[in-house]
Amino acid sequence: MFYTQLGNYSLIFSFIFSLLIFYSCFKNINNKTKQIESNIFSFLSIQLLTIFLSFICLVASFVVSDFSNETVYNNSHTTKSIFYKVSGSWGNHEGSLLLWLLVLVLFVFIFFLTSKKHPKNYRIFTIIFQQVIVIGFIFFLLTVSNPFNTLFPIPDEGLGLNPILQDPALAIHPPILYLGYVGSSIIFSSSLAALIEDYVNKNWAIHIKKWIIVSWIFLSLGIMVGSIWAYYELGWGGFWFWDAVENISLMPWFCLTALIHTIIVLEKKNHLKNWTLILSIATFTLSVSGTFLVRSGILNSVHTFANDPNRGIFILLFLFILILLSIVIYFLFHKNEKPIIKDTFLLSKETSLVVNNWFMMYFLSVVLIGTIYPIILEVLTNNKVSIGPPFYHKLLSPFLIPFLIIMAFGPKLKWIKTKFSKIKLTNLFFLIISLLISSFIISFTEMKYLFSTVLFGASFFLLFKTIEEFFIKNYNFSQKISHLAFSIFILSILINGIFSTEFSTNMKFGDEKKINDIYIKFTNLKTLNKENYKTIITSFQIKDEHGKIMNFNPEVRIYNQPEILTSEADIKSNIFSDNFLVVNLLKDDGYFNVRYQVKPFMLWIWLSVVLLTFGGILSFFRR
Amino acid sequence: MYGKKVKLRILFLSSVILISVLTIFLILKSLEENVVYFKSPTEIKSITELDDKKIRVGGVVKEGSILTSSKKINFIITDYKNEINVSFIGAVPNLFAEGKGVVAEGFLKDRNFLTAEKILAKHDENYMPPEVKKALEDN
Repeated sequence: MFYTQLGNYSLIFSFIFSLLIFYSCFKNINNKTKQIESNIFSFLSIQLLTIFLSFICLVASFVVSDFSNETVYNNSHTTKSIFYKVSGSWGNHEGSLLLWLLVLVLFVFIFFLTSKKHPKNYRIFTIIFQQVIVIGFIFFLLTVSNPFNTLFPIPDEGLGLNPILQDPALAIHPPILYLGYVGSSIIFSSSLAALIEDYVNKNWAIHIKKWIIVSWIFLSLGIMVGSIWAYYELGWGGFWFWDAVENISLMPWFCLTALIHTIIVLEKKNHLKNWTLILSIATFTLSVSGTFLVRSGILNSVHTFANDPNRGIFILLFLFILILLSIVIYFLFHKNEKPIIKDTFLLSKETSLVVNNWFMMYFLSVVLIGTIYPIILEVLTNNKVSIGPPFYHKLLSPFLIPFLIIMAFGPKLKWIKTKFSKIKLTNLFFLIISLLISSFIISFTEMKYLFSTVLFGASFFLLFKTIEEFFIKNYNFSQKISHLAFSIFILSILINGIFSTEFSTNMKFGDEKKINDIYIKFTNLKTLNKENYKTIITSFQIKDEHGKIMNFNPEVRIYNQPEILTSEADIKSNIFSDNFLVVNLLKDDGYFNVRYQVKPFMLWIWLSVVLLTFGGILSFFRR
Repeated sequence: MYGKKVKLRILFLSSVILISVLTIFLILKSLEENVVYFKSPTEIKSITELDDKKIRVGGVVKEGSILTSSKKINFIITDYKNEINVSFIGAVPNLFAEGKGVVAEGFLKDRNFLTAEKILAKHDENYMPPEVKKALEDN
């Protein structure tokens, strides 16, 4: 009761302070002094403190199971363990937005503290644009998604957290992802501010690059954690499904990846200013539209907590204002710049970085079209459709080949002009080796021979080239790590994609079967009562085609509040492959639905993403 | 005649245009090929021509209709007006149950029978795929 009230007032208080910051920033701009007035700093601190307090209050309400709070009532239960009571506070719509807001004001605060070397007005404008976003979000929270709505009479027991969300990966997935999304808001505001103050230059690039890298690291990790969760908890049996919600997180990622590369050109050569600005605006716009599509219920997914049309309309309106604002500012303030082609030659580092951006934009458009086409078609023709993975595979994989090849050479090129020397013997050697290895691998499959060989060959070629890079002395260690990680990532995906095998069947206790040379035996079955669920632990023995015997103990959990079945897959991971067994109960007739999968190089996919972000971390701490 | 620079620029521009047109064409064509239409059992009854394209059928799993054998799973999708029989070999999601919303993706054998390749179920107790909800409301 107390926490709910305190949280609510604290949030209202922060709204007032945000308006105050907005006002005093404007007042401060006309001021001729070189310093930002100290009251802005105090206001920012108060804003951070009030929102932090509000968030803590929500967590406290969850911990003490205060069911007078509607959000707690809808998403918690007294029998839930303390860990999921805490993580449950951001596992729902209202709480997750409050977390969004908290990260947002935290980032404004950090921005304020770390940008002291930069011109006053640039900083103030950045804070102003951030406040527009903050005010929009607080208003959204207070009006249509208040986490502190109260219920009377007070219910005795809550409805409980959806069991599929009661998972460690899901406890950290939203905060990490949000750090990425919200980081892009700073990039957005600071680009607009730099545009107005004509501060798009080398200094700005060095400063904003840190934010781009931070956002990129968290977004990559956030996507990965979500993907790991879907892999073992949803039992989809893979790491990526081209589900609309996955796509939505991938789109800003493409933008950020493109930005990481263009910002280098801006930093070193003072070029591509307008393009950098457009990318910065696009990144944040895509992040917010993602929130809109997910929260409005237009997209059908695990993330759609509730379908409230008001929320959708609000976010749409907010999005519209942001886009309009940025377009107007862009057209009023942008300066024409000399085309990059006048200062550089075709074979140069600049070109390779621009080409990277072209590819990123192509990948982005494919994903964008695949994601929104069903929505547009439904509005226009009332036909309901979905776009399957073949669409993406078909359109993305051919373009991967030139992308990988260019990526193999790009980092070697010099600024402005590289002389086209004779083809080096080592390159030819790498190319032949790559093609040989890949044609050898492909010969075991029934894939399209030529295309797959070339695709695999390109990935191996990149791998060899990035390894070779480590023997060449230059300072850019972080780039080498990330590019190496990317080549491992692509290779693992490809190998995983073509060598994964699976079967599914229905079995009763005691059954024994032979499917595709694999023996499977249902050996044991026991039931246990846990704190807030009952679990059926099954035991299976599998003898694979090489005669190797493995035991699996997948579970089916029956949660009591709300009453939901979940499957806990049993995954045996080693460096070469994952063996994955999941069972499901259809109805009470003794049959279990069994799915067995062998997924090669699964661990490598996760590890390579970790390595990829490690490269980002190194780059962040460089100099 | 035009200078070398102009020629180069024309060449560059026309190749950019050509590539974009090709890309758009490629994207649209694969969209066309990979679109999966969603229908309710009632809509399927009124299809005049059956083709061999993949479709999705959505509705509710009829109470008491799930029949499991050691090989496959049979059940009936209903929109409370019309029904369609589904036969499925594979793994079903956790939330697949009688009386709950479901989407089955596969090929129609005839107007009463679908061979499914994939079963999608609603994700939580409060949630029903919008397409299923709409199909139910329309009928």
